[in-house]
Amino acid sequence: MKEIALYTLDIAQNSITAQARHLEVTLAEEGETITLTIADDGKGMSPELLATVSDPFTTTRTTRKMGLGLPLLRMAAEQTGGSLRIESQLGVGTTVTAVFQASHIDCPPVGDMAGSITLLLQGAPELELCYTHKMGEEQIGLDTRQLRAELGEAVSLAEPEVVLWVRDYLQEQETLLREHKGMKA
Amino acid sequence: MKSLAELRAIRERMEKQIDLRESSDDRIRVVVGMATCGIAAGARPVLNAFLEEVNKRELKNVTVSQTGCIGVCRLEPIVEVYVPGQEKVTYVKMTPDKVASIVSEHLVNGRVVEEYTIGAAE
Repeated sequence: MKEIALYTLDIAQNSITAQARHLEVTLAEEGETITLTIADDGKGMSPELLATVSDPFTTTRTTRKMGLGLPLLRMAAEQTGGSLRIESQLGVGTTVTAVFQASHIDCPPVGDMAGSITLLLQGAPELELCYTHKMGEEQIGLDTRQLRAELGEAVSLAEPEVVLWVRDYLQEQETLLREHKGMKA
Repeated sequence: MKSLAELRAIRERMEKQIDLRESSDDRIRVVVGMATCGIAAGARPVLNAFLEEVNKRELKNVTVSQTGCIGVCRLEPIVEVYVPGQEKVTYVKMTPDKVASIVSEHLVNGRVVEEYTIGAAE
C-alpha cells in the first residue's frame, strides 16, 4: 500500500466484519513517530486466533485460505523500525496499534486520510466513528454523532451528496492541520 | 470554511426527495471491491469517482456500494454493475478516468462498455 491512509481503510474493514458498532481511529504524528490506532468494540479474537493473525495464511473468511491485511501492515510498520501491536479480547473488541518511524526511507506518507475515513463511512453508514488526527499539540477530527445530529434519522451517511460533503469537510480540516504544522516549522 | 450546519441544508433538501426514489427492486447497483487487494490496486479513487459522477448527474436510481475480495485479485480494481433483469457486468483494472464513460454509457444509456469488461481483458 502506498499510504498509511490506505492501511487505515483496509484494517478498519476488519472491525466492520467483526460487527463493531463503535470505532476509534487515531493518527498521531509526534516527533519522529507516526502512530495509527484502530480500536473497535467488535466481537474480538480468541487467544489462538490472535497468536496467528499476522500470518498471511490465517483468515476468518471461508472462500479463500489467506488474508493479507494485518501481515502487510505489520511488514510496513516493522520495515521502518516501528512495530505492530494487536490487543484483543473475545466479546470486548480489538485494538490495532501500528508505529512507523517517520524519518525512515521506507515509511509511507500519511496520504489521503479524509478519503479513507469518508469511504469507511460510505461502506458502513451505521457505524459510530470517532476520528482524530493529532500533530504535536494540534488536532482535528470527526465524530459521526455530530453528523447525525444535523442529518437526522432519515438521511444516510452513505448518500453520495453527504459522502462528498464529509470528504470535502475533512480535506479542509486536514489542510488546516498541515498548514499549522508548516507555520511552526 | 465548511461548517456542520451545512448538513442541515442537505437534510432538508433530501427529506423532500425521499419519496421520489425508486423502490429497491428497480435500482441499479454499482459494487466496488474494497478488500486489501482492491485498496492496494487503487479502488479508493475509483469508488470516489463513481460517487462524484452519480451525484453530479443526480442519478437517484443508482446505489454505489462496497464489497470484499471478489476473487480475481490480479484484475483489481474490479467494479460489478447489476442492472435489474440483466446479467451482471464485471469491469476490471478500473481507473477513475474510465468511470465517466461507464456512468454515461452503461448506467444512463444502458450500453455496456465492452472494452473495460472482464471479457475483453481475458
